[in-house]
Amino acid sequence: MKGNEAVAEAAIRSGCRLYFAYPITPQSELIEYMAKMMPKVGGTFLQAESEVAAINMVYGAAGAGKRVMTSSSSPGISLKQEGISYIAGAELPAVIVNVQRGGPGLGDIQPAQADYFQAVKGGGHGDYHLIVLAPNSVQEFADMASDAFDLADKYRNPVMILSDGMLGQMMEPVEFKPAKTQEEINTLGEQHTAWCICPNADGDAKHHHEINSLELDPSVLEKHVNHMYEKYAVVEKNEVRCETYNVSDDNEVLCVAWGSASRIVKSAINELKKEGKSVGLIRPITLWPYPYEAIVKAIGPKVRQVYVFELNTGQMLDDVKIAVEGRVPVKFWGKVGGIVFTPAEIQEKLEACF
Amino acid sequence: MEVIARRPETLTKTPFTYCPGCLHGVAHRLIAEAIEENGLINQMAGVAPVGCSVFAYKFFNFDMAEAAHGRAPAVATGMKRARPDMHVFTYQGDGDLAAIGTAEIVHAANRGEKLSVFFVNNAIYGMTGGQMAPTTLPDMKTTTSPYGRNVEDIGYPIRMCELLSTLVAPYYVERVSLLSPAEIIKAKKAVGKAIQYNRENRGFTFIEFVSTCPTNWGIDPVKSRDWARENMLPFFKVGCFRDKGEENVQGVEK
Repeated sequence: MKGNEAVAEAAIRSGCRLYFAYPITPQSELIEYMAKMMPKVGGTFLQAESEVAAINMVYGAAGAGKRVMTSSSSPGISLKQEGISYIAGAELPAVIVNVQRGGPGLGDIQPAQADYFQAVKGGGHGDYHLIVLAPNSVQEFADMASDAFDLADKYRNPVMILSDGMLGQMMEPVEFKPAKTQEEINTLGEQHTAWCICPNADGDAKHHHEINSLELDPSVLEKHVNHMYEKYAVVEKNEVRCETYNVSDDNEVLCVAWGSASRIVKSAINELKKEGKSVGLIRPITLWPYPYEAIVKAIGPKVRQVYVFELNTGQMLDDVKIAVEGRVPVKFWGKVGGIVFTPAEIQEKLEACF
Repeated sequence: MEVIARRPETLTKTPFTYCPGCLHGVAHRLIAEAIEENGLINQMAGVAPVGCSVFAYKFFNFDMAEAAHGRAPAVATGMKRARPDMHVFTYQGDGDLAAIGTAEIVHAANRGEKLSVFFVNNAIYGMTGGQMAPTTLPDMKTTTSPYGRNVEDIGYPIRMCELLSTLVAPYYVERVSLLSPAEIIKAKKAVGKAIQYNRENRGFTFIEFVSTCPTNWGIDPVKSRDWARENMLPFFKVGCFRDKGEENVQGVEK
């Protein structure tokens, strides 16, 4: 199954019954899968008139307390940033999938990791964070759908799955988690009725829920932003995820790579192993919150080089440097324009460190 | 004691923040009364725009969402699709609806979303301080058309009722004015019909109010109504453009 289809199927199994999006390559299989499957499960599929409208439909549906998703690829995600900022500001749970392609501008339709800054460091205006999950296989892409909805609901915060054209288009076997029953979906749909747009079932005279990010009184807005940052501190404490691969005290080089790029680095590490060269890999799975401490811990006693590989010009590199704090030199190599590096190229770069 | 006038339950006790002589309060009240009369207070949700009525979420006494500029019809679409048992309306000004949100209103109307849209047209941007709106009249002076709206340069005002009635899906489209008690009574009927159709989930309903902006027009409230009558009504003609619930109305699909 293609990654784009797998994440769509997994979202439906996670109880997502509302999906609003606009067609863009290389995520078209996702919107097409939703168009085909949502009517079969009594859900809503709506092809919006624009990316902007789609994300605002998500705002409306999330404001009504229901599991809702949108997806797009890089240029479309740029258009959604206004709505993402409002969703974060109004503290609404929603899931956004970005199947990245090469940029800037229209760029191309090949895989890239060039939207790291946009996803992790901001994107829209104002002080806020997305929770950002980065899969590196079709299986993980699918698994992240349910994780993303759970995290979004738990923290009332938008969650982005930052994938790319390679994971979206690639076919791999997938095992799905069991689909939520209608009863479970109904329960999920009513979990937010304390604050969301919903019928005033018991006629409570005080029932007046507001979905809003506007606050003109600076002291009240300050309180709200501080409250969001207290929430983010909890996320940073509880939700950091990463994978270590071949990390040991024998490592002479420690690699850091995420998403598709990490798979290629793994292949190179396996080849180097045969030559008796010990290289470890740490793969951030949550890009925000970022595994700063895990990177520090993974730097073994013999490590003389930290090497960052990305399909961009060095974006996550900044976070690696923040983590490493000059303990060891940090090097970077990447490919851009939608060109994916090969294991042999990575192997060559790593061999030069020995 | 007999009560002959009171605040509808559908309005909160929060005082309106509008300028003296502004007609937003009248429009709010008409909508609030219609919702109360249709018994919808516990199933209603509104979407406020960016503009003078940005705080409408504080004034209506049921669930409200505040949308980004122009996006209210998309937000309302998401809300209604997520909770079909709710009844949803948007309240939008001319800059919000006919400029930055043109795509959203046209496509929500074209999909026949089961929403009511209340559109306040006073030919100017109010909250930002009197800039040119898509509905600003030819030669009308605003802070961004200081020599008058030059239609050769920036085009003519957009007539939204006429534009939306070219679409097949909208169920009810009417333009009313708020310039005198008699016109307000007519407007009340139109608003009542829109909310009734909304309650019955019939389809997309659109009411445009021809209104005033004494503050940014620089004309006192009474004279501003005369000005609107002389200048706006000839261009923005009141009337029903579409009513699929009644026969013999222009645009009815047979």
